[in-house]
Amino acid sequence: MGKILKYSFFDLMRSRWSYVYFLFYLALGFVLLFLNNDVAKAVITLMNVIIVLVPLIGTIFGIMYFYNSREFTELLLAQPIRRSSIFLGQYLGVTGSLTLSLVMGLGIPFVLYGLLRSGAIWDFGLLLLTGAFLTAIFSALSFNIALKHENKIKGFGYAVLLWLFMAVIYDGIFLLSLIVFEEYPLDSFSLVATMINPIDLSRILILLKLDISALLGYTGAIFKAFFGTGLGFLLSFSMLCCWTGIPVWLLVRNAKKKDF
Amino acid sequence: MRRSIGILLLLLVFPARPILAGTVPVCPSCEVTTIGEGIAMAADHDTLMIGKGRYHEYNLVIDKPLTLIGLEYPTIDGGDQGEILTIIADQVTVQGLHIVNVGTSYTTDFAAVRVVESSDFVIRDMKLEQLFFGIYLEKSSRGLVEGNTINGDALEEFNSGNGIQLWHCRDVVVRDNTVRQVRDGIYLEFSDRIRIQGNRSTNNVRYGLHFMFSNNDSYEDNYFENNGAGVAVMFSKQIRMVGNTFRKNWGTAAFGVLLKEINDSEISRNLFEENTIGISIEGSNRIRYENNDFVKNGWALKVRGACYTNTFSGNNFLHNSFDLSYNSNLNDNRFEGNYWSGYTGYDLDKDGVGDVPYRPVKLFSYIVNRTPETIVLLRSLFMDIIDFSERVSPVFTPDKLFDTRPLMKKVP
Repeated sequence: MGKILKYSFFDLMRSRWSYVYFLFYLALGFVLLFLNNDVAKAVITLMNVIIVLVPLIGTIFGIMYFYNSREFTELLLAQPIRRSSIFLGQYLGVTGSLTLSLVMGLGIPFVLYGLLRSGAIWDFGLLLLTGAFLTAIFSALSFNIALKHENKIKGFGYAVLLWLFMAVIYDGIFLLSLIVFEEYPLDSFSLVATMINPIDLSRILILLKLDISALLGYTGAIFKAFFGTGLGFLLSFSMLCCWTGIPVWLLVRNAKKKDF
Repeated sequence: MRRSIGILLLLLVFPARPILAGTVPVCPSCEVTTIGEGIAMAADHDTLMIGKGRYHEYNLVIDKPLTLIGLEYPTIDGGDQGEILTIIADQVTVQGLHIVNVGTSYTTDFAAVRVVESSDFVIRDMKLEQLFFGIYLEKSSRGLVEGNTINGDALEEFNSGNGIQLWHCRDVVVRDNTVRQVRDGIYLEFSDRIRIQGNRSTNNVRYGLHFMFSNNDSYEDNYFENNGAGVAVMFSKQIRMVGNTFRKNWGTAAFGVLLKEINDSEISRNLFEENTIGISIEGSNRIRYENNDFVKNGWALKVRGACYTNTFSGNNFLHNSFDLSYNSNLNDNRFEGNYWSGYTGYDLDKDGVGDVPYRPVKLFSYIVNRTPETIVLLRSLFMDIIDFSERVSPVFTPDKLFDTRPLMKKVP
């Protein structure tokens, strides 16, 4: 597995798209800081970018890589290597290189602009960590889609739809249901609904740092217990781990069963 | 003629006593060992020098103009029995005492120092601990409360008292005091022309400062942090609030300042930082809000209704989750020349003023007012999209509410 991981990783590191991705974040970081000149404010703007763009790029990249390396995968399958090692290796290679581009691309401008001396370093670290999680989650999901659909167009379509659903449509349905059922006690429902979408989950995780004063404005014991204590942080964090673990496990299981 | 001879005779018999006021030393090893004895012995305008030690006394009544000075903070221990010092005479000065264990009662408001219907009093550099009420001024005037430290241990509202309480007072200066962990740090009721300046009121169970039916008062350069519900100013007129700091008042009913039925006042150069609500405004008219900084609050301003002809100008709204929330469609308040960190307009003629007006009320804040649980959708992409469309063509938010001259740069 290590060898395949290494191969995938360096293959991706050499590819043009990794550089494009890296340069995009680099430019974004510099432009944001140049326009704001305030690390704390840039972190907020960056949050919006991260929770929308990182999943999208993770999805597209994952599915593209899987389809492109199909021949190589088939070659590997002919060798006496375990299937889980092949797919996990490729998956980790993609996730690793994407995360590296993200961390380097955003880290360099922020460090140059004096992040280490500002109070925003923890917020920024949390931002990068959620970014890494989102990359891992969405590339795992897209690998699963690609494994299921031989048809590239279909696979791409489903993957983009998945992203669109998680990033936008889900929140729309969520909001509508909150308004429709506003007569009922909704605090547990809204927390659970947040938990089952990884994008919302990462958003809440970052909000716990940035907007805690607004979140505490709502009257409700469950909200208070969730947002007011370390519980919310711990719970969202473990949910993110679940969100990464389950698709990866599914990927390994389906890869073992699949007839190539 | 006869009258002036009478006065002359009087002067001979009682040679100007106030000028030759005596000193009465009180200490555990002195002739006079208790403060009660000292007060009884002293003549008008005498000074009691109270030496270091622990005095187990309570219900001390000062009924003549005296000066009590503690040397190296002598401790008066009330043993939870009742009130400690009650001043019922004019021109009394109390200074440098350490008072502990004031009695707690559910029927009487026991205080460490109480001033009743007196004037020209000075209460200075006191340290109060384990108290019920701290300094309680009633129907008194022309006094000074300065440099006192009040350290309470209040946990609940019903069995705790206020740090500094003024009831029916006039012309009192409350300056440079530190109050922490009592019910209300500073409480004013029916008190006019009071100056509250440079105090620090933190970690109180209810309000840092509480104001009711008190007119023509000013509070300046005070610091309020982490109070149960922030600062409440209610049913008063002509209040000046200048240069205060309100920080970290978090909670479902917590605000930097709550304004209720306040008219013709001025709120300027204050800093509101990281409060759930910066200022909550209700039924308040003709108030000028100028040069305040609202930084990282949940809601910078929450306007609840019946607020007319208020003006907001030269304020900085920096990174608040919501700049403004309105619960009605009607607007009679003016927003002009503020800096909004959420402003995305441009300034082509380079006069420092944005060319497109800024709408501070977001559709999302309207939704959150209606269904509070939706707060979990804060900063989601979907919300940004519908906020954007609402900004383009307002339907739910007051369409006349905008800042016509948003600044491009922060007000210094």
